[in-house]
Amino acid sequence: MNKAIEVRDLIKDFGKIRAVDGVSFGVSEGEIFGLIGPNGAGKTTILRIISTLLQVTSGEVKVFNYDVRKDASEIRKMISYLPEDAGAYKNLTGRGYLRFIANFFGNGKKVDEIVDKGIKIADLGERIDDKVSTYSKGMMRRLLVGRALMIDPKLAILDEPTSGLDVINAQEIRNIIKSTVKRGTTVLLSSHNMLEVEFLCSNIALINEGKIVEEGRPSELKEKYDADNIEDVFTEVIK
Amino acid sequence: MSGLTNIIIKEIRELLTPSTIIPIIVMAFIFGSMGNMMGGIQEEVKEKPVIGIINEDTGDISKIVTEIMNKNAKVVYQGKDINEGLEKIKSEKKGTALLIIPENFTNNIYSDKPGEIEVYWIMRGAGIMDSISSSVVDALIQSVNMEISKTLIENNKYSDVILTPTVKKETTIFKDKEMKGVSPGMISGILSSQSTMIPIIMMMIIMMAGGTVISSMGMEKENKTLETLLTLPVKRSSIVLGKIAGSAIVGLLMAIIYMMGLGYYMNSLSMSSEMNLADLGLSLGVKDYFLVGLSVFITLLAALSLCMILGTFAENYKSAQTLNLPIVLLAVFPMFLTMFKDFDTLPLMLKIVVFVIPFSHPMMAMRNLMFGNYVLVLSGIVYVVIFSVIMMWIIVRIFSTERVLTAKISLSKFRRR
Repeated sequence: MNKAIEVRDLIKDFGKIRAVDGVSFGVSEGEIFGLIGPNGAGKTTILRIISTLLQVTSGEVKVFNYDVRKDASEIRKMISYLPEDAGAYKNLTGRGYLRFIANFFGNGKKVDEIVDKGIKIADLGERIDDKVSTYSKGMMRRLLVGRALMIDPKLAILDEPTSGLDVINAQEIRNIIKSTVKRGTTVLLSSHNMLEVEFLCSNIALINEGKIVEEGRPSELKEKYDADNIEDVFTEVIK
Repeated sequence: MSGLTNIIIKEIRELLTPSTIIPIIVMAFIFGSMGNMMGGIQEEVKEKPVIGIINEDTGDISKIVTEIMNKNAKVVYQGKDINEGLEKIKSEKKGTALLIIPENFTNNIYSDKPGEIEVYWIMRGAGIMDSISSSVVDALIQSVNMEISKTLIENNKYSDVILTPTVKKETTIFKDKEMKGVSPGMISGILSSQSTMIPIIMMMIIMMAGGTVISSMGMEKENKTLETLLTLPVKRSSIVLGKIAGSAIVGLLMAIIYMMGLGYYMNSLSMSSEMNLADLGLSLGVKDYFLVGLSVFITLLAALSLCMILGTFAENYKSAQTLNLPIVLLAVFPMFLTMFKDFDTLPLMLKIVVFVIPFSHPMMAMRNLMFGNYVLVLSGIVYVVIFSVIMMWIIVRIFSTERVLTAKISLSKFRRR
């Protein structure tokens, strides 16, 4: 299977602080790949580098064979990035916000089609025409997931997609992500909720202090460490 | 530590942040500067005005005039030639007026007619502080009147003009324009709308539009909408120009609303004025208005570009408010200076400072165009264009790198991310 993402010996420094320390991994097209680790492990930094927001200190990152250093604008045409705890423009309605984003991806009827898809994914009912400032955290996240996936990106990069959500909202968003992959989108997500990642991802990488400490299929890792779940695997690995 | 002490310390720490302290320091600085200016006015009032006197009268009353003037003013010319006298006064740095006492001055007063004192005012600037020295000469002429009245009473010469024995025939020379029958005070009064309204409007535009950009950057970072925007297939330069253009439109809209309100207010104050700028030959043509508009537009671009750079250092909406302060300072400083002093009457160092601050130029443009000082206006526009281009280049560079997300100003110790 072709690689959607290839990361080799990635290092990222912020001044004297090394946030990512020699990370290598690959994500195949059409899979859901999870980066798992505690807060401050370097997950968000890796996602931001792949999303062309941060620059590489050293190493190589390729998205569908495009280099993040040289071909950032090409990569931006194929990806959709959802930051953790993101918001939207508060003076716009949910529909207005989706239209604002859709305008970057087409004109006329195409925009209408994208917006309709976003509204369907967000599933906010009549509230889609209310101002974003009136949305609850769960509604906001659903709107943003709708925004991220409505364009059918080749690669969706989702940073803590269900962070801070209640069980029902989190479950709905997980289902949306799963159904997106069926339409051909590759998903790279980060989470510190290891049970969630076990449910969603076909492959995972465990990160601690900027380094990948283990990688593989959740079932294989559980078997390898004789653990009941990925949380136990992680605890065992960083011992 | 008791519960009360604990809460007090927490409250002080929460409230004593740079965003609360810096505005107070800025206000203190502004009030301090205003105090200095007022002190400067008092010093200037105490100083002897520099004048010249041409006395063509040989009577005893004209001697009262020359005695009082010699005693209270620095008389640098006492001769018979008007042109020579005017040249001498103009050549003096603080030369204020040339007083001419005609030959029948004493006779007129004794014949129940007011004695005419011809005054040629040399006006150096139209700022509030620029007409102080002429006010001092005016006060001396009042003293002359009182002294003449006293002399007439003491000598039992009760004339019909005993209370107002002299009248002034004034001509004001300002920036090579000779305006007959007009005093510097009248010109300052007529120009006051330009002296106050335009700097205030410019300051408001810059502060409001600039504040909008900085706050917008702070909000974008706080809500992480900037991160989303930067991963979309749109050129970074389009994001920068879009933000600047949007804020410029909002800023100009605000300016129009302010201009309408303030213009109406100023007109209501000057309704009673018998003269207007056109009477003095100081009206502006289409070309002049175009240059004023250009100066305002370019300066707005410069301000917004500078604000965008500052905005990249905002971590959130609250820190964005603190970053407004440099803009407020840069807008308020030239506003006060151009209100109080004319560019031509400023000391060299202040002239350089005012020229370097891009926001000064539209504040001074209209007055300079009225007096045909195109060099200053055009050089100002060229300077602000260069400034804007450099600022825009910097901001596009910042947006092309990760600094747009990672740049921040923190007064606290460096924290591990």
